[in-house]
Amino acid sequence: MPKMNLSHLEAAFLFSLFTSVVLGVVTKRTDRDRLHYGIYTFLCFFVALFGLGWLMYFGHG
Amino acid sequence: MATEKEEKHSLPPVGAWAPALALSWLVPGGGHLLLKRTGRGLLLMASISSMFVCGLMMRGAMFTPQSSDLLTTLINTGGFIGDLASGVLYLLTVWLGYSQPDVAGAVHDYGTKFLVTAGLLNILAMVDAFDIAVGRKD
Repeated sequence: MPKMNLSHLEAAFLFSLFTSVVLGVVTKRTDRDRLHYGIYTFLCFFVALFGLGWLMYFGHG
Repeated sequence: MATEKEEKHSLPPVGAWAPALALSWLVPGGGHLLLKRTGRGLLLMASISSMFVCGLMMRGAMFTPQSSDLLTTLINTGGFIGDLASGVLYLLTVWLGYSQPDVAGAVHDYGTKFLVTAGLLNILAMVDAFDIAVGRKD
């Protein structure tokens, strides 16, 4: 099996994408709500990712 | 009143939901396909399988149950349950001899987390398939 070397951002992108799809599918009752919730959780992952990234950057001094 | 409540909370016979639940564990998204939720089943199958395969390609480590101090036992047993929850993906991987030692490195570490998370997401899919099978969801 080929080896995959991903950066932190690429790995976090894939993780967010797959997790958001599953959370969207299993939590809501209509397709429209599923799509909205999937996009919402994906954006939340990225806000948290960049937010914590900047927090660590500034916290590091 | 009590009878109504009992009827509301009583489960259908095991035969009505157990096959969907078992298939859902064995094949991610399989329970939804069995219950004729094709679109959702395929999405779950694609997402969970892709996450597992990405974990393998990043050379993530599989957990094995170990009994040591409390934290080690919790981490390893929990990780093993997470890995095992991926069903046939995990079983095939182990049967085909995948054995990656837990080495230092960000990519390996991401891989290990991808493998466990794929199983945890499959548990969510199993719960959803169960809810559909017993009529709590469409």
